[in-house]
Amino acid sequence: MWWASAIDWAPLWLSLQIASLSTIVTLITGTGFSLLLAWRRLPARHLIDAVVSAPLVLPPTVLGYYLLVVLGRGSAIGRGWDRLFGQPIVFTFTGAVIAASVGSLPLVVRSIRLGIESVEPNLIAAARTLGARPVRVVVTVVLPLAAPGLVAGAMLGFARALGDYGATQMLAGARIDGTPTASIFVMEQLLANHDDQVFAMSLATTIVGVTLLYFANRLTHRLHHHRA
Amino acid sequence: MASLVAKIRLYRGEFALEVELDCPPGITCVMGPSGAGKSTILAVLAGLALPDAGRIALGDEVWLDRARGIEVPVHARRLAYVFQGLALFPHMTALGNVMYGMTDVVRGDRPRKAQALLDRVGVGYLARRRPRTFSGGEAQRVALARALARSPKLMLLDEPFSALDRELRAQLTALVRELVAELGVPLVHITHSIAEARLLADQVVRIDRGKVSACGVAAEVLANIATMEE
Repeated sequence: MWWASAIDWAPLWLSLQIASLSTIVTLITGTGFSLLLAWRRLPARHLIDAVVSAPLVLPPTVLGYYLLVVLGRGSAIGRGWDRLFGQPIVFTFTGAVIAASVGSLPLVVRSIRLGIESVEPNLIAAARTLGARPVRVVVTVVLPLAAPGLVAGAMLGFARALGDYGATQMLAGARIDGTPTASIFVMEQLLANHDDQVFAMSLATTIVGVTLLYFANRLTHRLHHHRA
Repeated sequence: MASLVAKIRLYRGEFALEVELDCPPGITCVMGPSGAGKSTILAVLAGLALPDAGRIALGDEVWLDRARGIEVPVHARRLAYVFQGLALFPHMTALGNVMYGMTDVVRGDRPRKAQALLDRVGVGYLARRRPRTFSGGEAQRVALARALARSPKLMLLDEPFSALDRELRAQLTALVRELVAELGVPLVHITHSIAEARLLADQVVRIDRGKVSACGVAAEVLANIATMEE
């Protein structure tokens, strides 16, 4: 393709790596939060929901600032991490994964919650009367039937993490081992008037994002059909 | 054989459920208008709803005694519950559905025992199929097989035959009678249908606005209900 030779693929590759790891992190934590929030007797349920959803409404730079405060070198978590792994969280690949994860968590939680809440209560009651303890009910009935929500959440989370800009730049900096993420690369190239680079990277990330959402929609539809 | 003895007091806003049941082995049909509290009674017996006060005992086994703080969790009550919508797991085959409750059976023996139960209720050929491919009558039979897989001490049926035609209903009520006679356990069956109660019940309890309005041998209570409804 005419633009393929002109583009530096490293930023896109870096963003794909960050988004992939972030998706794993948000799927695990998002499923935990979704199950917790689906429990109607949870104390302060609405407050926890609001805090988990906050990244949706906060400016990305504000979110990045909070992450810097909580995970920075001067914080207890930052110092503990440094002692354990011999490197800080900020300005590293780990920092970029955390920033992308926190930004995409609300989308993942919302999708998974919709999936969990769509499971017919009688199926859960049936599992309990058949001798299943709560963990078995979740693993064998709730999560398999909420699979469309999990898939949609993973895809949305991946797409959101792929395009993260503000929080990533605040926590991980403009470059990770000398390479910017795809969205930071676009901004840098735009400021440098390298229109061909901007266009090529924008097109590549758009293709990746739209393709993912297309397959997520198809998979979700198939799973819904399969369960009906 | 153990009888079910239950005293239930449950208050939700304007609604008050105050019933006492004594169900010997055999079939007790609980009848009454919609909203009388019939399904709530089953939910309380199963442990899916917690009453404000009451006691539930199956022979010497106490499942609930609010005064003494005893509350056996749902999963530990050995019962079979067939829900109104059947609640078959759509992502499992018929065999998978039946094996789900076989927690006490050695894993390797489960497929054979589940297949035997499906054969017993006449739907062995459905073993590898999923619920969305079942007809109404087939789904009922699989739900019965799944309920039996726990070797229950109590069976609860919440209007499971309401959507079936007369012929199918007659076949299934006959099957339920056979199964209860084999197991020798109490079965509490909710129904709106006097005809179904005539076919099934040894005892009938009528509930009105959360209270027992009639209780006794099926033929007598059903004759009274039929007279009242005429």
